[in-house]
Amino acid sequence: MDLRLTEEELAFRAEVRAFVRDNLPASIREKTVAGRRLSKDDYVRWTRILAAKGWAAPHWPPAWGGTGWSPIELSIFLDETQRGNAPELVAFGVSMVGPVIYTFGSEKQKERFLPRIVDLRDWWCQGFSEPGAGSDLASLRTTARRDADGWVISGQKTWTTMAQYADWIFVLARTNPQAKKQEGISFFLVDMKTPGITVKPIQTIDGGHEVNEVFLDDVRVPADAIVGEENKGWDYAKFLLANERNGIARVGVSKARLDRVRELASIPVYGSGPKIEDPFFRAKLAEVEVELKALEVTQMRVISNRRTAGKPDPASSVLKIKGSEIQQATTELLMEVVGPYALPYREPDAMSNEPPVGPDWAGPLAPTYFNTRKVSIYGGSNEIQRSIIAKAILGL
Amino acid sequence: MDFELSPEQEQLRDNVARLMRERYGFEARKGYQASPRGWSEALWRDYADMGLLGAPFAEADGGFGGGPVETMIVMEQFGKALALEPYLQTVVLCGALLKHGAGEKHRAELIGAIAAGESRLSFAHAEKQSGFDLHDVGCSVVKDGGGGFVLNGEKTLVGQGDSADKLIVSARLAGARRDRDGIGLFLIDADAPGVTRRGYPTQDGQRAAEIAFADVRAAPHDVIGAPDGALPVIERAVDETVAALAAEAVGAMSEALTMTVEYLKTRKQFGVTIGSFQALQHRASDMIVALEQARSMMYLAAMMAGEDDAAERAKAMSAVKAQIGRSAKFIGQQAVQMHGGIAMTYEYKVGHLFKRLTMIDAAYGDADVHVRRLAERGSLFA
Repeated sequence: MDLRLTEEELAFRAEVRAFVRDNLPASIREKTVAGRRLSKDDYVRWTRILAAKGWAAPHWPPAWGGTGWSPIELSIFLDETQRGNAPELVAFGVSMVGPVIYTFGSEKQKERFLPRIVDLRDWWCQGFSEPGAGSDLASLRTTARRDADGWVISGQKTWTTMAQYADWIFVLARTNPQAKKQEGISFFLVDMKTPGITVKPIQTIDGGHEVNEVFLDDVRVPADAIVGEENKGWDYAKFLLANERNGIARVGVSKARLDRVRELASIPVYGSGPKIEDPFFRAKLAEVEVELKALEVTQMRVISNRRTAGKPDPASSVLKIKGSEIQQATTELLMEVVGPYALPYREPDAMSNEPPVGPDWAGPLAPTYFNTRKVSIYGGSNEIQRSIIAKAILGL
Repeated sequence: MDFELSPEQEQLRDNVARLMRERYGFEARKGYQASPRGWSEALWRDYADMGLLGAPFAEADGGFGGGPVETMIVMEQFGKALALEPYLQTVVLCGALLKHGAGEKHRAELIGAIAAGESRLSFAHAEKQSGFDLHDVGCSVVKDGGGGFVLNGEKTLVGQGDSADKLIVSARLAGARRDRDGIGLFLIDADAPGVTRRGYPTQDGQRAAEIAFADVRAAPHDVIGAPDGALPVIERAVDETVAALAAEAVGAMSEALTMTVEYLKTRKQFGVTIGSFQALQHRASDMIVALEQARSMMYLAAMMAGEDDAAERAKAMSAVKAQIGRSAKFIGQQAVQMHGGIAMTYEYKVGHLFKRLTMIDAAYGDADVHVRRLAERGSLFA
C-alpha cells in the first residue's frame, strides 16, 4: 500500500498544471473564478485549445482521439483542470454520447460524429428526462414509430441542459409500447435543425438559462439515426449513466471553490472584519475540508481499484452523494463570506452603468449557491443513489 | 498510488481475522472482561506467537519489520471483535515512544520483551488539568545528584494502567506547566516504591488507572531520550496512536453496519422484513457513506503516520480524527436506533460497539477539538 503519487504521476501533474496555467485564456479563468457564466464561445475556445494538445477527449480510445492515460492520470487531469479554474469539458458529447457511439454505434456513425465531438464542432444535448419521467426515467413516453424512410419521433423532453447551443440531441424514445417499460426503448441521434423540434428556455432559480424544454412534434429522422439495436436503448442509457460517474465527485471543483472562499473571506466586507477571522466560520470551513479530504482519498480508492470488476465497489457509491453535498457546502460558505451583500440581485451579464451594490465580486455568490442545489438532483438524485446503495451494496 | 495489501499483509489480516473469529466471539469476550486483568492472557500469548506484538517494529529492534500498515491491519480486526488486550497501549503507543525516543539499548531490551509478550507497558501522561493538551505536564522530576531522577505527581486515565508491569511516565524537568520544552519520559516499574495505582473499569469494557508518584526514583538509564525534550516524541507517538484508533474504529463501525444490515434482513414487523422500508434503507446507505469516508481516512492515517514533517502529520491526523469521530458517532447511534430495543441490552454486542466508538471519539481529542485545531492551522489543501 502506497498512497503517494509516483515520480511519473507527479511529473504528469506538473505538466497539466503548467499547461492550464499557460494556456487557459485569462478572460475565461476570471469568469470561472468569479462564478460568472461562460458563453458558448468560452467552452468552444477552451475545448479547441485542449484538442490541439490532444487532450479534449482524454478517456476515449486513442484511435478516436483519446490519450491512453491510466485512470489515475485521468483523475489527475480532471483535478488539475478543475482546480486551475478551467471550464469543464461539455459532458454531453465527450462523456455521454461519444462513448455510446464508439461502443455501440455503426462505423458510419463513429466516423461521422466522433471527430466532431472532440473539438466541439458539434455541440450535443441530452434528451432523456421528460415531464413525467425524472427519477423513473424508464417510464418515458416519447415515441418513435417507423415510417417508410426512417422514424418519426414525438414527445417532450425537459431539463435539457444547454439545448440552446446544441447542434445535435441524443434521444431516448419508446419503439415498442407493448414491451416491459425498459425493453421497448431505443436510442436516437437527432439533428437539432430537423423540422418539428422546438426549444423553450426554462429559467432557473438563480435567474439563469441553462436548461430547456425540447418539444418533438413528428420529427422525421433517417433509418440510420438509431444507435445499435432497436429496443436496446435502455442498456445504452445505463452504460452512459455509469460513465457519468467519471469525475462526478468534482473534487477539483470543490478545492477551487474553497480557494476562492479563503481568498474572499480575507477581504473585509463593509462594517465587519474579514470573515476568515470568525472562528465559527473557520470551523465550518475546516469541517468541509475534512470531508473533502476523505472524499479525495475515496476517489483514489475507486480509481485504483483493480479488483472488483463487475462488482459494485462500496466506495464508488460515496462519490455522488458526498461529492454533491460538499459542492453544495462550498457554495454555501462562499455566499456567507459576503454576509448581507448576498442580497442584491443583478441581471446576469447585464450591461449596466449602475454601480454594483456591495463588493463587485458579490454578485454571482448567491446565484451560485442557489444553482448548485441541482447537483444532488441531477444524474440520479441522492435519494435514488441511496436506494441503489441499499439494493446493490447492502442487499436490502 | 496503490491501496493493495502485499501478500504478507493479506496473510496477516486473514490470520488475525481467523483468530478473532475462533477465539473472540462476543460470549468469550464477556469472559475475558470478567477475568482479573480484564483481558485474556492466553490471547496475549497467542498474539506473541503470531508475531502481532512485534509487527510494527524494525527487525534490528527485535520486531518483525512492519509499520503503520501492519498496525492498521491488526487494529481493524481488533475493532471488529472489540478486543480488550492492551495492544494499543503497549505495542502502538509505548512502542512508538520507544521507537522514536529510546536509545539502541533500550529499544533492543524493551521492544524484544514486548514482541515476546513478556512485558506490557502503559503511558502515564494525562493529568487532571491537561485536557487534550499534550504539552500540559505538571508532574515533576528532579535530578537526584547521582545522575538519577526523582518523580512526583499524579497521572490520570492511564489506559490499562492497572495491569501494566512497566510505565512510561512523562514529567517536567524544567519550565512552566504548559511549556513545550522541559518534558522528559521515564521508565518506571509499575510496582516500584512510591507508585500507587487505582484501577477501574471504563465505559467500553476496558480498564484504566489513576496513578500517583511519590518520590519515585528513576535510574540514569531509565530516561527515554532527552530528559527535557520529549514532547516531539510524545506528539509523534500520539499521532501513530490516532492512526491505530482510526483503524480500530473502522473495524468497529464495519461490524456495527454488518450487524445492522443483517438485522434489517431478518427482523420482521408488519409482516415484512424491516429492511424493506425505505426510511431504514436510506439510513443504512448513509451509514456506508460514513463508513467509507472513515475508511479513506484510515488509509490516509496509515500513510501519514510515517510522515516526518510534524506539522503536516498533525494536520492530517486532525482531519483523520475529526472524520473518524463524526462517522463513529453517526454509525454508532444509528446502529443502536435501527436495532431498536435489543441494542439497549447489555448482553447484545451492538451497544458495546457503540460505546467503544464513543470512547474512541473522546480519546486524544474528539471531532470538535480537531476541527478547531484545523481551523487554526489553515487549509488542508495548501
